[in-house]
Amino acid sequence: MRLTELPRPSPERLLRQVQAEESKRWGARLKIFLGYAPGVGKSYRMLDEARRRHQRGEDVIVGAVQGQQSEEVQALLSNLEVIPTIQTPEGEAVNTEAILNRTPQVCVIDPLAAKNPPQSRNPYRWQDVQDLLRNGVSVLTSVNLLHVEEYKEKVRAITGKDTAETIPKSFLLAADDIVIVDVPPDLCLWRQGEKLTSTGISNYQERKLSELRELALLLTAEVVDAQLESYVQAHGIEPVFGTHERFLICMTPHSDALAMIESGKRNKERFQGELHAVYVCEPGQSRKDAVKIRRYLEAAEKAGATTEVLESDNPISAIVDFAKDKRITQIFIGHSIHDSWRERFFGDPVLRLIRAAEGIDVRVFPH
Amino acid sequence: MPESSAIPRGSLKVYLGYAAGVGKTFQMLADAHAAAERGEDVVLAYFEPHARPDTIAQAQALEAVPYKKIEYRGKLFDEMDTDAVLRRNPKIALVDELAHTNIPGSARAKRWEDVQVLLGAGVEVWTTMNVQHIESLNDQIWQITGIQVRETVPDWVIRQAAEIIAVDVTPDALLNRLKRGAIYKPEMVQKALAGFFKGSNLGALRELALRQAAHEVDLRQSAYDETSAFQLPRISESRADEAAETNSKEHILIHITADPSTAMLIRRGRRVADYLQASCTALFVHDTEQLSNLPADQRLAVEKHLRFARSLQIETRVIAGKDIAKAVVEFARQNKVTQIFVARPQTSLGERLRRKNYTENIVRLAQDLQVTVVADRSRRATT
Repeated sequence: MRLTELPRPSPERLLRQVQAEESKRWGARLKIFLGYAPGVGKSYRMLDEARRRHQRGEDVIVGAVQGQQSEEVQALLSNLEVIPTIQTPEGEAVNTEAILNRTPQVCVIDPLAAKNPPQSRNPYRWQDVQDLLRNGVSVLTSVNLLHVEEYKEKVRAITGKDTAETIPKSFLLAADDIVIVDVPPDLCLWRQGEKLTSTGISNYQERKLSELRELALLLTAEVVDAQLESYVQAHGIEPVFGTHERFLICMTPHSDALAMIESGKRNKERFQGELHAVYVCEPGQSRKDAVKIRRYLEAAEKAGATTEVLESDNPISAIVDFAKDKRITQIFIGHSIHDSWRERFFGDPVLRLIRAAEGIDVRVFPH
Repeated sequence: MPESSAIPRGSLKVYLGYAAGVGKTFQMLADAHAAAERGEDVVLAYFEPHARPDTIAQAQALEAVPYKKIEYRGKLFDEMDTDAVLRRNPKIALVDELAHTNIPGSARAKRWEDVQVLLGAGVEVWTTMNVQHIESLNDQIWQITGIQVRETVPDWVIRQAAEIIAVDVTPDALLNRLKRGAIYKPEMVQKALAGFFKGSNLGALRELALRQAAHEVDLRQSAYDETSAFQLPRISESRADEAAETNSKEHILIHITADPSTAMLIRRGRRVADYLQASCTALFVHDTEQLSNLPADQRLAVEKHLRFARSLQIETRVIAGKDIAKAVVEFARQNKVTQIFVARPQTSLGERLRRKNYTENIVRLAQDLQVTVVADRSRRATT
């Protein structure tokens, strides 16, 4: 069987697997340095951390390094113990066995996204990293945005660069630590041998790199958000609101849901936020309303929203509970016109929602 | 400082972090060294002295402009000597801690105002700041961390920057630095652990800083695209139909009252307007167009809010009207406002009666407009 034919585990399965294995590790941690392009200085940052840890008395070794090295990187490497990779005509592989026999506290594996040659212990280098972690060896590693499977196409569309060596995004999401190495595009290009320009975006090349830079910053923010959520869950503390804009559209058969969806889509894009849409199903709904709602749900999904139908005879509290659970920062709701006995008795539902949604912005839409 | 139109303004570079000790100053100095080695004329205009040893070592290798000694209440304080920097006239000046408030008796109240003077004289400025000092994020920071940050920098100052660089480190590494005594003196460490360094705070601030940096990078792409014929598939698809958007350009109206929650409303309005690229107006409605017949405390509060809105580059208007809610909604209709920002109605009945419930009336009256009721973010802050 050729390597390319090997089935790749699904991200979800992989994530579960990695998380299950986490408990088996003896305090081993995975730390990933993420860069948006070659030349941002990932390897330097990573090896500098290795040097500092070594100086502080940690047992640090190097299991793999990038081919081309700057003088600064070579200087950092000269003070660290290296276990050479296994060289074959088809490529090189981390000598995982030798590293495990040596059992250091920390091992540097650079870069993370590499395919191993045939007959290696594992088909992919990230699986070697998992083996090390499982055996109590912490790993410092680095990866470029291009080599994250889910970003490969986007990067190719911008730079024209392609790769066959990728890691799944879920591997990043499951890492203990991720650090973005951010430098302005002109500095990044300068390190690749281009001339320095003025501060800011001053040419086509820098403009393209800037696009990758934004993607890498947002990806890191997403990983940090996921870590924040698990921290909150593990410590049983109140969810953290407001680090990320999250919009919730409340749809009813009588609201102008399409206008809310349109606006929600724009807000999601502008804020790089999340969009949710809910419909609270009350008993006694008519067939005509059901058709309308189905159409709204479809439109919401097409606009990039995750949709949910809630069942409750108390729509206001159902919406507020859902919003708190999803850490919503802004609720979209339509003005209500119909004047039922309930409204006259309990007050306008929009006003009741505003009062109940403490800590969340409420945006009321016209019909 | 006289400003000559013949001198092009200097460009601004901001190193953005999320807490003390992330390495903003270190990164700035490292880049400055590299620049000096390339032959650039760099001086250290201000540098916070409570830095880590390796940061101090880096600072000592650069030319520094002596500080100005300012006496306040019998003690001497060091501040940046802006005039001395101007006389030295370097190509690049390094100014640590943009959000710093100058000691009383200084020429200007805020360090970012000194930076404006340097930029105006054509000096390129590199500076550092943390995300929690961005004015429009003030309430979100309060909501998330329970801490109210007093020293803030208006968003437009940051928007001026030609470049924003995110300085990232993991919260664990930061906590280790703190515990090793590498960030604060021992007596300060406990205070830090009860504040920004507590629990989920660092992670949340870090996420905010990364998202802010991404947003700043995105804005600079738009600015570049407008001045060049460049076309690129954008991350945000909305940019494709930019032309269509100008027809439906958003206009945000912020309803000003004497209530302290107005400050929050202004900040939120500013932030949303920035993201939606909307225009923004703040409106106060009163019996007459003069504020003079308001009770003194209310007048001071309203004037403060109007000044605050203007400091964030929001246009302010004061109009006469007997029925406040009606006047706000009519003004909105006449001025093609798309969204009205109002404060949350007070929850207790007594409070609601006293505030005459403008908010609920505006929501009822403005059936043809979008009304955003802004949350009171301070109330969610947990300890």
